[in-house]
Amino acid sequence: MTEKRLRILIAKPGLDGHDRGAKVIARALRDAGMEVIYTGLRQTPEMIAEAALQEDVNAVGLSILSGAHMALVPRLLELLEMQGQANVPVLIGGIIPDEDVPQLKKLGIKGIFGPGTSTDRVVESVRQAVQAAGAAQD
Amino acid sequence: MKSVERVLKGDRLALARLLTQIENEDASGLEALSALYPHTGHAHRIGITGAPGTGKSSLVNRLALHLRQNGWSEQAEPEAETVAIVAVDPSSPFSGGAFLGDRIRMRDLYGDPGIFIRSMASRGALGGLARATVDMVEVLDAAGFAAILIETVGAGQAEVDIARMAHTVVVVDAPGLGDDVQAIKAGILEIADILVVNKADLPGAENTLRALQLVLELANTAQRTKPDAAARDVAPQPAWVPPVLPTVAIQGDGIVELAQAIHDHREHLDLSGEYAARERARVRTEMEELLRQQLLEGFLMHQPEGAFEAALELVLTKKKAPRQAVREMIEGKKR
Repeated sequence: MTEKRLRILIAKPGLDGHDRGAKVIARALRDAGMEVIYTGLRQTPEMIAEAALQEDVNAVGLSILSGAHMALVPRLLELLEMQGQANVPVLIGGIIPDEDVPQLKKLGIKGIFGPGTSTDRVVESVRQAVQAAGAAQD
Repeated sequence: MKSVERVLKGDRLALARLLTQIENEDASGLEALSALYPHTGHAHRIGITGAPGTGKSSLVNRLALHLRQNGWSEQAEPEAETVAIVAVDPSSPFSGGAFLGDRIRMRDLYGDPGIFIRSMASRGALGGLARATVDMVEVLDAAGFAAILIETVGAGQAEVDIARMAHTVVVVDAPGLGDDVQAIKAGILEIADILVVNKADLPGAENTLRALQLVLELANTAQRTKPDAAARDVAPQPAWVPPVLPTVAIQGDGIVELAQAIHDHREHLDLSGEYAARERARVRTEMEELLRQQLLEGFLMHQPEGAFEAALELVLTKKKAPRQAVREMIEGKKR
């Protein structure tokens, strides 16, 4: 009777107004049986961190098309750590130049997905990231 | 019990984690709930229900904002209330997943430690709430929130569970959703303590307002739970007549009146003795439900392996009626 479902926050930080990608991913995660909390457009890292806390999510997915990822991502990670959620994996989708990838991985981002990534791969990566985070905690 | 102390001290991460445990019916979470229960009973629980797309989330957003800034009543000294929000959206019947989008409309509420928003999926429950909603509301009550706004799944006619757990039920309608025949149908309108016609700036709002007012006049104003007149020693109160209020949630129009109406309803509940009557009815239902569930689980646990499945087969092949099969299981009759 008891159900345990993954709860995933999908958020769009920054100022670009295109959330089709975020919605496609949210839909794919939903169809994979996860509970997706979608925040809507133009969220600050502070808003995303607050939602992650109140919703006690298993992972956070960010959709960033604006190019501001190198400012937004470190701030979000810092906030999550400050509020005791350093173990919550963060994944990014959107337009991320190759040269930024190593730096983002070093910061602790668990997945980076560019245009054309299959939704199956995203779903699988989210599952693995949540599993790894759970294992690290035990 | 560490998580209990942390929740009572206002630790938001501990609160969020406990809510997850309770949503998953995790044993330690349910134990914590029992420990927190003596701290409950202070919050005013307000249900917000209505058809999809009527603007429930936007209304919750504005109402919460108003309560944080002005409290309940315009006349009284403004006294901000802390507000928790539980917003339920449907789970997919196919994948079991869910898209919870109520926060999209609640962005004005960010950054306020006096507000806590939690989204939840219905997880297959049909009454407009999830099974764990009641328990999660108890935890938020114990955590000290003065008002708890419970937003149901977009509800049509039969999703009336909210009436059993809220003190005040606000039913939200909008112009253009149906004619006055829809309004006469039993169900969701009957549970309304307050009716709101949101999007009242749209054409047709006048008609919707009039149709709802008409229904209220037609309905005898019998209340859901009538307090026993002998059991109260206060002056008899006139029956509560649900007001019909126009709002435009995205502009904040009509929100002051809505907050006032909720406040008035709460006062009515207290003065008429109906508050106690509703609480008694609510807790009775909850205990009966738990008893039913636990007796069922206990009974099935003591059945021989496969007995229930065998009985199910007999019913499916029309050899026995469901009632007969169940009776024979209880009597332990050999098949």
